[in-house]
Amino acid sequence: MTQPLKEIATKFHGKIEVDLSKAWHFPKGLPGFEEEEEFVILPIGENQEFQVLQSTKEAGVAFVVANPYKIVEEYDFKIDDPTIDLLKVKSPEELMVLGIVFIKEPFEESTINLQAPLLFQTNNRKAKQMVLNDKRYLIKHPIDEKKLDEMKEKTTSGKSE
Amino acid sequence: MLVLSRKAGDTIKIADNIEVKILEVKGDTVRVGIEAPKSVDIVRGELIQSIKDTNAESLSLDIDWYKNLKDNK
Repeated sequence: MTQPLKEIATKFHGKIEVDLSKAWHFPKGLPGFEEEEEFVILPIGENQEFQVLQSTKEAGVAFVVANPYKIVEEYDFKIDDPTIDLLKVKSPEELMVLGIVFIKEPFEESTINLQAPLLFQTNNRKAKQMVLNDKRYLIKHPIDEKKLDEMKEKTTSGKSE
Repeated sequence: MLVLSRKAGDTIKIADNIEVKILEVKGDTVRVGIEAPKSVDIVRGELIQSIKDTNAESLSLDIDWYKNLKDNK
């Protein structure tokens, strides 16, 4: 079977060939980016804590993403019915969760969006940015310095999950 | 835009599967109940706008900061 390889232009990785069978399909796009329905997740160098969510259509549409549980260990939320329907989620184990990071200068002031997590259904590769009706979590949740240091340390010492 | 005047207890039907009910009007606040199929997302307008704004801001990362992340500086 041939892999559906496609050359795409990216924001940070130049022109690269991606395997579209590993792309994520956002049937509704993302809020503000409704036209972008297909994304791939790309690494950021050796850094394992941050990745790039890159649109396969628009090179300029690329978000830095991170695992929100690394930042708020007790992060929890209820998946709403429209999302369950859209992603055809049968069990929580099918889901991967990432948060969009807003990188600021200095880097220590960066924030992560915990009020609208990205949910990825790992079996059918459908995904959605779900807006939580939950006031406990902020759209711009600070990534505190300690967490950031831990995340960086882990990366430099080469430890993975 | 369709504009309708409604009183507490009144409803508005949208298509054949969405019903909006005015529950209470108190001062400048209107409480609204919405019944819709579970495939329909219902989110406060200003919240979705904030998410849109933040998504757009999150794009503005420049290459230097990307390199910083890459090198774990």
